[in-house]
Amino acid sequence: MDTPENTGPDELPRRFGPIASLVRRELLLVGAVLVLLALIAIRFPAFVTPANLASVFNDTSILIIMALGQAAVIITRSIDLSVAANVALTGMTVALLNAHVPELPLLLLVALAFLQGLVLGAVNGFLVWKVGIPSIVVTLGTLTIYRGLAFVLSGGAWINSFQFSAGFLGVPRAEFLHLPLLSWLAVAVVAATTLVFDRTSIGRAWFAVGGNPTAAVYAGIDAGRTRFLAFCFSGLLSGLCGYLWVSRYAVAYVDVASGFELDVIAACVIGGVSIAGGIGSVGGTVLGALFLGIIKNALPVVNVSPFAQMAISGAIIIAAVTLNTRAERKGGRIILRPQVAAIPAE
Amino acid sequence: MSPLRKLVVSTALASVLMAGAAQAANVRIALVVKSLGNGFFDAAHKGADEAAKAIGGVEIIYTGPTTTTAEGQIDVINALISQKVDAIAISANDKDAVVPVLKKAMQRGIKVISWDSAVAPAGRMLHLNPSSNELIGNMCLKLAADALPGGKGDAAILSATATSTNQNTWIAEMKKQVSKYPGLNIVTTVYGDDLSDKSYRETQGLLQTHPEVKVIIAPTSVGIVAAAQAVKDAGKIGQVFVTGLGLPSEMAGAVHSGATKSFAIWNPIDLGYSAAYLADDLVKGTKAEPGAEMPIGRMGKLKLEANDEGAMADPFVYDKSNVDEFAKIF
Repeated sequence: MDTPENTGPDELPRRFGPIASLVRRELLLVGAVLVLLALIAIRFPAFVTPANLASVFNDTSILIIMALGQAAVIITRSIDLSVAANVALTGMTVALLNAHVPELPLLLLVALAFLQGLVLGAVNGFLVWKVGIPSIVVTLGTLTIYRGLAFVLSGGAWINSFQFSAGFLGVPRAEFLHLPLLSWLAVAVVAATTLVFDRTSIGRAWFAVGGNPTAAVYAGIDAGRTRFLAFCFSGLLSGLCGYLWVSRYAVAYVDVASGFELDVIAACVIGGVSIAGGIGSVGGTVLGALFLGIIKNALPVVNVSPFAQMAISGAIIIAAVTLNTRAERKGGRIILRPQVAAIPAE
Repeated sequence: MSPLRKLVVSTALASVLMAGAAQAANVRIALVVKSLGNGFFDAAHKGADEAAKAIGGVEIIYTGPTTTTAEGQIDVINALISQKVDAIAISANDKDAVVPVLKKAMQRGIKVISWDSAVAPAGRMLHLNPSSNELIGNMCLKLAADALPGGKGDAAILSATATSTNQNTWIAEMKKQVSKYPGLNIVTTVYGDDLSDKSYRETQGLLQTHPEVKVIIAPTSVGIVAAAQAVKDAGKIGQVFVTGLGLPSEMAGAVHSGATKSFAIWNPIDLGYSAAYLADDLVKGTKAEPGAEMPIGRMGKLKLEANDEGAMADPFVYDKSNVDEFAKIF
């Protein structure tokens, strides 16, 4: 590895490289979002009123939170397909508790949602880390297991709006400075994730492991443990979303958020998180989620046939992946690349 | 057969045999359901018992597997054949898988009908549909007209997926019969894919693009719940009403919040009642053939169409006055 004297000066160009290109990419996404909004406004001007945009943001909050968790996992070269099943199981748990023991305080239920989400994520992480099964296989398995458990818990029955306590449904809807609490939660998670990604050793480790696992090991990073923590992070946020989802739609059943994992992954991919790992940013992921959220909210109002809707969503995802793979070929935004060893020679 | 299931079936068999010995003269009708412990079927059992009492000399054997599997039902039917019941009325977990064993039952002189969820024609003598596409389409329009002041105004349909066969059939029936309700317009159809989040978003979109729509018809249980929640969250209770097909337990909240005035679904009590009546008709010698009219007690008559299928009645309407009572059942 580099001697300590060498890391200082080399740090600058290596860190500036990715930041500059990520900024470019995010500007591109901002541009795409604005063009999209302009196109929608031509067909349905009321869509771009501030009140409606706020409601679109609120609707996209859950997607943003889950996409940030997924981004951490994808950055470490893994994937978490079980996030939506985690939402269903955790949502069902808190819904059942609220329906049967309404006196439990909401804070306790939210803490429990976090905890259960974390445990479910840790199970994925553990299997990837200690058992060494590829993450796509592990989470494909736990996806079915978690949904199955939601069925076992509920016996297939629905928990319906009138069974929930007023606070359970009301708190995420409560308005504070013109935005519902749900939106503020998304803002808080964005801020927290930015801190984790940019200011903590684990955040840097996620990027290092995804960028070049071999070099990361030489740098003293335990790749398995790092991935494990990424799965825990994704599970933690999914658990929170379990409560948020059930509260937002005021119903809990086994098929809640069915297929939502694909939306979450799509948001990451559109936002520039590389499926090959090592690349991604909070800003990009949020923009990716917003892009998808705007499309989901706009399609019903611009009067597009339901068959075309699916094709449009799919085409956008493929376009985003194409852009990404082309951007990756240029390289230069991964820290701890194989060339690291050659740098001291400069 | 697992030892546990063997034990369950043989215990059930033994208890039924003992009960049978006590009332040997009775007509014994087995009501075979998709699975035990389901509120919908428990309600059907109630209806069947009511029919048994009304007819007299009829004994209902309420049975089914513990999980909704065809294998489980086949075990149960085999047990019923060896008990020599007079009739089997089944809501099938798989329309083809149970045909061979039901054929065996018919060869031994047991009358077989299916209800709720059909068995292929080879495996039963007649099938009782809870309602018909025509009646469901008409009921949705009637509910929409009832929600509108003077029955006049614009309605929109929130469906499941754009490829869902039963939804499309019902929507086509609504469009065909809408002329019976002058003043009622169907302006658009949107698709929520039977996902709560998409249905919710489609409803929000509807409220924006079609502010003139005063009633949303959702003939799907996921859609109607999501639409009612979206209307409530948009603060449009009293201006926009949600109606359609849903289950009372899922819709009780919407009815109390005022987002929904009334909605409909078939009544499982009536369904069990009619199934028991039809099974008894067959035992008493009525022949099931297309065109036949079979008496079903207080429900009137069942007219058999092609494939020996018949539709029981209009879907049953639920509103503030009865939703809580039925919410406890299903």
